[in-house]
Amino acid sequence: MSMKNSVEVKNISFSYGKTEILNDLSLDIKEGEFMVLLGPSGCGKTTLLNCIAGLLDLTNGQIWIEDDNVTWKEPKDRHIGMVFQSYALYPSMTVEKNLSFGLRMMGTAKDLINEKIKKAANLLQINELLKRKPSQLSGGQRQRVAIGRALVRDAKVFLFDEPLSNLDAKLRAELRYEIKKLHRDLSNTMIYVTHDQIEAMTLADRISVMKDGLIQQLDTPKQIYNKPANLFVAGFIGSPSMNFLKAKFDISNRNIIVGKKQIDISKYENINNLMNDQEVVFGIRPENINIEKNEHSIQCKVELVEPMGADTLVWTSVEDNPISIRLEGSSNYNLNDEINISFDIKKSSIFDNKSEERI
Amino acid sequence: MSSIPSGPRPKYLTVGRIGMYCFILVCALFFLMPLYVMVITSLKDMDEIRAANILNLPKELSFYSWPKAWSQACTGFVCEGLKPGFFNSIKITVPSVIVSVGLSAINGYALAFWRFKGAYFFFGLCMFGAFIPYQVMVYPLLKIEDALGIYSTLPGIILVHTIFGMPILTLIFRNFYVSLPIDLFKAARIDGGNFIKIFLYVIIPMSAPITIVAVILQVTGIWNDFLLGLVFAGRDNQPMTVQLNNIVQVDYGVAEYNVDMSATILTSLVPLFVYFISGRWFVRGIAAGAIKG
Repeated sequence: MSMKNSVEVKNISFSYGKTEILNDLSLDIKEGEFMVLLGPSGCGKTTLLNCIAGLLDLTNGQIWIEDDNVTWKEPKDRHIGMVFQSYALYPSMTVEKNLSFGLRMMGTAKDLINEKIKKAANLLQINELLKRKPSQLSGGQRQRVAIGRALVRDAKVFLFDEPLSNLDAKLRAELRYEIKKLHRDLSNTMIYVTHDQIEAMTLADRISVMKDGLIQQLDTPKQIYNKPANLFVAGFIGSPSMNFLKAKFDISNRNIIVGKKQIDISKYENINNLMNDQEVVFGIRPENINIEKNEHSIQCKVELVEPMGADTLVWTSVEDNPISIRLEGSSNYNLNDEINISFDIKKSSIFDNKSEERI
Repeated sequence: MSSIPSGPRPKYLTVGRIGMYCFILVCALFFLMPLYVMVITSLKDMDEIRAANILNLPKELSFYSWPKAWSQACTGFVCEGLKPGFFNSIKITVPSVIVSVGLSAINGYALAFWRFKGAYFFFGLCMFGAFIPYQVMVYPLLKIEDALGIYSTLPGIILVHTIFGMPILTLIFRNFYVSLPIDLFKAARIDGGNFIKIFLYVIIPMSAPITIVAVILQVTGIWNDFLLGLVFAGRDNQPMTVQLNNIVQVDYGVAEYNVDMSATILTSLVPLFVYFISGRWFVRGIAAGAIKG
């Protein structure tokens, strides 16, 4: 990855009639970067992608691709390839014709077209399918062809609009792996829209978490997972999601108080930024809770056990707040067992109750 | 029967089912009755028709009314049968259908995919146009065509049929195209298609089912039209329906009911034929379009 920007989104706004979807949004994507736009439906991520592709006209702002202001350019002149959730293969054309459509529209020489198709088909292992119609392909094969269609165009930037959402879980994992491999081998800039956090975490160099048309956090998957910028990001990333406890900070004991329970947070990285009596939300991921008895541990009861194979999820509650604990798959707990839990404070996140920002 | 429920549920002939079949049969007979009368009347000679047993089968088959209706019956002062009208109708119908369906497909495509400014207004205009009774516009149109110098000509009547067909056809095409996945259109735009190329290479190949519907509507509509043909076609281009009327509405001489019936059946053969062959295509087209992706 170089430091050069491949795509620059400069202060763009977009609205449908009076409904504002994006407002003054800016985003720089580096050359060769795999950028994932992640967020719940209606957060504006697909709109942003369509704006970059030139399929929607901006209300305001500019789009730059490869140092070229493409704001007013047609989609075909933006050096992009796009893969859609619905595959969007031309139903009347064979796979081969689907792949070559863009090149034929540009008037590329036949030999060159064949060469490019061969290369793409090899890369995606769709050689056998070239003479078939899309209706004769399975979902996974269709999406491979759709990716191939973007490949043959020698696009500088690949745009993916939830490409795996229509596939079943197994195929999804398979194609995810292939997309990652493709990026490793081609090292093109890729922008990938999804609502699936696993896809985002596994694929991205950087994730931009969006909500209500605003970027909530833009960072590496690790940072976003471990140091979520606000309550929304913390709750959205991770499955099962982060446990939250409403609490009040007590500066004299370096404690937070949850109902009648006290949790020692003296090891929290930014404890000095907390003020006495500040209302906070204490957030801790299921895997950062240990079942062990020590001076700080809290006693509670097992309320539900979800074995998931590789690990087991134990549900309990602290002061009526449900808490999930991720344990090894081999661990053995039963309903109503008494357990003592302690929190790994170094890995926790504390948010201001009002601003919802991480402290 | 006292068997343990297992496998497919047995089917019984219930009273309700028998009743339904009876109802269907009666309905079919009711709607077939006029056709039956037409066919047997056309096969009787005039003496037998005067005997007034309208539902009886002919005692003796007589075919002379058919060739007479086709090539000898008098329409006004000319006695050439329906033949010239048949060819006139073809000359009117074929170009009118091609032009109106083609233009409407482009219009529908533009309305569905290229959301231009004022598209909704135009869409509303089409809706409005589709529901105005066309008799209202006959006189103004006549004046316009007269001014353009195409009144009472073949291009004149073709233009009229195209104008009256387009609002409803545009709506039909637009609604069909709106139901196509928009991603296809987006993909085609990224792949370098412009307005015309996307229409030609991506949209038209997917339009078979709706085109068949539109062609059926237009062929039957234009073939069966009487008023517009009478007003706009002119003496030399009178369609079959107008000539049929001239045969049936005799002011002098004897009314030959067998010839009238033959002429009527001949005139309605084309729409009938269209329904019979297109019905199969219709179903096939819809089934082909139903495949996902």
